[in-house]
Amino acid sequence: MNLHRILRLMKKELIQVRRDRRILAFLFIAPVVQLFLFGYAVSTDVNHVAMAVLDEDRTAASRALIQRFTASGYFDQVAYLSGQAEIDTLLDAGRAQMVLRVPRGFSHDLSRGRGTEIQTLLDGTDSRKARVIEGYTNGVVRLYGSEILRARMQVLRARLPRLPAVDARVRVWYNPELKSVNFMVPGVLCMVLFLITMLMTSLAIVREKEIGTLEQLVVTPLSAGELMLGKTLPFLLIGLIEFVLTLLTAIFIFRVDVAGSIPLLFVLSALFLLTTLGLGIFISTVSKTQHEATLTGFLFFMPFILLSGFIFPVENMPVGIQWATYLIPLRYFLEIVRGIFMRGVGLEVLWPQVLVLAVFGVGILALAAARFSKRLG
Amino acid sequence: MTDIAIDIQDLRKTYGDLVALEGLSLAIAPGEVFGLLGPDGAGKTTTMRLLAGILAPSDGSARVLGMDVFREADGLKRRIGYMPQRFALYGDLTVAENLLFFANIYSVSRAERLKREAELLAFSRLEPFRDRLAMHLSGGMKQKLALACTLMHTPEVLFLDEPTTGVDPVSRREFWRILYTLVNQGVTLFLSTPYMDEAERCTRVAMLNRGRLVRCGTPGELKAGMRGMMLEVIADPMREAKARLTALPGVHDVQTFGERLHVRLDTADAEAAVTAALDGLTLVSLRRIAPGLEDVFNALASGEGPS
Repeated sequence: MNLHRILRLMKKELIQVRRDRRILAFLFIAPVVQLFLFGYAVSTDVNHVAMAVLDEDRTAASRALIQRFTASGYFDQVAYLSGQAEIDTLLDAGRAQMVLRVPRGFSHDLSRGRGTEIQTLLDGTDSRKARVIEGYTNGVVRLYGSEILRARMQVLRARLPRLPAVDARVRVWYNPELKSVNFMVPGVLCMVLFLITMLMTSLAIVREKEIGTLEQLVVTPLSAGELMLGKTLPFLLIGLIEFVLTLLTAIFIFRVDVAGSIPLLFVLSALFLLTTLGLGIFISTVSKTQHEATLTGFLFFMPFILLSGFIFPVENMPVGIQWATYLIPLRYFLEIVRGIFMRGVGLEVLWPQVLVLAVFGVGILALAAARFSKRLG
Repeated sequence: MTDIAIDIQDLRKTYGDLVALEGLSLAIAPGEVFGLLGPDGAGKTTTMRLLAGILAPSDGSARVLGMDVFREADGLKRRIGYMPQRFALYGDLTVAENLLFFANIYSVSRAERLKREAELLAFSRLEPFRDRLAMHLSGGMKQKLALACTLMHTPEVLFLDEPTTGVDPVSRREFWRILYTLVNQGVTLFLSTPYMDEAERCTRVAMLNRGRLVRCGTPGELKAGMRGMMLEVIADPMREAKARLTALPGVHDVQTFGERLHVRLDTADAEAAVTAALDGLTLVSLRRIAPGLEDVFNALASGEGPS
């Protein structure tokens, strides 16, 4: 190992990055765009559900129920239907995501003290959203029901001195407003770090293969280890700069609070980079052209994003798939970053994830390095 | 310095069932300009890569400057230079940055580097372009820069794989001027080329065909070894003339060079036989010529080795 040679190679690499405007744009604009997209545009919060109403009862009670829906803030009444025939066309056209039907006799049943039903029809195209709407609907209806119940209780109270009741009061910790931006921003941070370091490392190596300079480097006294360090350390550096940049944007522009220790976050990010740089080196050993490297990169990128819990919670996945997520290093890093960001916990809680991540990082890097040296020799 | 710069013994390289190089043995003296000649797929690049230590041989051995190419690669790398077939430069670095990078990778001292850089920029005439990005150089200049990069560490043996393929004739001449300067400085050159005129500039030439050494010697020896005689025929219509001559008994092959036909044949009274065969066509010119390396090469490529 000759430190001087490694530094020279790093310097050359950084000059090349500095001269490539596309890469510079990718490095500095992409993270901010992604923060915007995932923080705001791709908000997983469900608001302003387009609701159509078919009120067949037309009584004070039915109107009161409908008013509960619109007053909740989650539903916007977009149509008032006069018959069942209109439901199909409305849902087909996508003008409403939900139809609330209050059948005839609703008020009558209520006043008689009998159980009654209402019907909601949901557009299940986006199943996740439909499930959220279902939850909102149950909430509104339950609230309405309990108010009726309470009103009746007032009457009964004289005769029944005590009435046991269990009331669930949900208080959300760590993200009290349940804003998805708070949940997504740590994820975007992980993704940016992952994508940029993995892709740039592999591209930097494969580009030398493509233009033929790698063959030129092999005949120089540069060893495989020096070559690997010289090609990866610049991207470790760039990755960490990128991390700080994205973090600052998240804190100062998106007003995301970091509950835990930022230095710890930084150190553990460096640990995660062992994995991404290792993958980058591995990709470079299986790709002949930059085009191939990019495609292979996406082969890793998709399962990493989908199975890490970045967008879809791991707990909602089928059990078999949940097992597969244990093989995704990003999953552990995401848990670490969200833990530090949102819950403010440290190593005392996160040590298992840190340990697994370290094992993955060292393992992947060692395998990739071995393969790289063998290919070069 | 040993008396043999490059010593190749039974060098063999196979890829699965494919034999890329079949037992090559050569001995090259210091200061030689040794040319490897052969059609595409003959094994030229494989030989180059084996000697530069990039490929491991399947069998046999090679010593350069007395050191084993494969076992003592690390020590040898500082003393040899290798220029692959494709110009290997960093297009997004300037001429000076490319030179600096290679000097640093070879751990050339600062004083030595500055001296060498000035020398190389002067004799490659790249001095006015030192701050230009390499990608903005012309093809000939790029190739001179690639050569300059491989010369930064002052190698004693230089391997050049088809160094002038795809370069214009003026740049080729210029390139050879630089190569002769190196030879005068005592550098041993080992180069491969598909060009006959370039092979004629070598002190010795080895002809390869399908991984086998077919012939090795000075260009003069190779030409003298040609069997039969060569006739140059200019006749009209040319295609008809070529067809008739090819069918003539005693003719080995007929090659087209522009409007001229080179006929290689064994017939005793060749001129009379050719004239008779072309009866009815316009015979513009008929003369005996000395075979060029191209003719030797064509004879080899058509499967008939010289005697």
